[in-house]
Amino acid sequence: MNRRRTGRTAVVVVLLAAGALLVTSGLRGTLTYYRTPGEVLRDPDAARERVRLGGDVVPGSLRRDGDLVVFRLAEGGQAITVEQRGAPPGTFREGEGAVVEGTLSADGTFRSDHVVVRHGNEYRASTSPVEPVDAR
Amino acid sequence: MRASTVDLVADTARAAAGRRTMAWTAGGLAAAATVAGGWLAPPDAVQGPAQRLMYLHVPAAWVAYAAFAVVLAASGAYLIGGDLRWDRFARAGAEIGVALTAVAIATGSVWGQLVWGTWWAWDPRLVSTALLLLAYAGYLALRRAVSDRTDARDGDDHRVARPAALVGMAGFLLVPVVHFSVVWWRSLHQQATVFAPQRPPIDSRMALALLLAVAAATLAALCVLLHRVVRLERRLAAGTPRTADRVPARVG
Repeated sequence: MNRRRTGRTAVVVVLLAAGALLVTSGLRGTLTYYRTPGEVLRDPDAARERVRLGGDVVPGSLRRDGDLVVFRLAEGGQAITVEQRGAPPGTFREGEGAVVEGTLSADGTFRSDHVVVRHGNEYRASTSPVEPVDAR
Repeated sequence: MRASTVDLVADTARAAAGRRTMAWTAGGLAAAATVAGGWLAPPDAVQGPAQRLMYLHVPAAWVAYAAFAVVLAASGAYLIGGDLRWDRFARAGAEIGVALTAVAIATGSVWGQLVWGTWWAWDPRLVSTALLLLAYAGYLALRRAVSDRTDARDGDDHRVARPAALVGMAGFLLVPVVHFSVVWWRSLHQQATVFAPQRPPIDSRMALALLLAVAAATLAALCVLLHRVVRLERRLAAGTPRTADRVPARVG
């Protein structure tokens, strides 16, 4: 009885391990939430359809042009100019990451209508003087 | 751990006093975490006050992982030893895990709206977390379905416990997928901070608040787990007919 249980447990463990391997190897590399500027520039035709483009907002590149927000998104030394229609979230700023959604136009600018902000995994105290004093 | 846990699950006055002490300790920690997270810790430089959601979101997610680890360990212990008490631990663990995963998704959604600018994204971390919630909600549904079909009492019958243990263990496969999703795939979600290989900086007051919140949530969840197992056993011992058994559909 006990030996049968042990055998069954071994089978379960092996099945679990095999399942884990399958799940991870099957999903790795097939899921891409956004493309980098390098990937979009290498394969511009793929970006004629709606894609997500992610990178860091190049410091100094951000300007507003009517209701357009223009900036450059860079990662790994390559950058793409983005024309975003509509206001980005309040946390959007230069030097931080962002993911935009839209298409690459023929002139090489990326026209986007949706932008979300990525932030890092570092947490620092705010030094802004507008913060309440009790934040010490 | 095992001896003291079993001790605390006894339906005696002494064990109940022990559980009460734990509950008060958890309450004290929660109060300390509220003060630390709400006032002592500074707002984040990039995210502002929205970052304070971390003190709810991270403990919920981590304790949910721990609850699913309880399901894994208890299901394994049940399959090896055949003791139905472990099956009841697994059920209580899954209930807590499902509730806390839902809390993690809800707080994460609000945090995402405030900082990212979106309630939801089809990103690997979010999708895998939703799958985790579905998997263990399915686990609980399976228990209910099998006990309904076979007229077996959930928590006191091998016909429910055996398939549940297999599904409960298999579901745990998703936990490492969720945790490493931000490392394996490109994600909108930031990488781990505390459990990152190279620990990125976190303000020490934020870290303290987070530590207190995680400790409070862990202890509170342990209290709920023990309480739930005692209640399940009391109900089974009283031999309540199954129809009555179904009325209080408390989950978590």
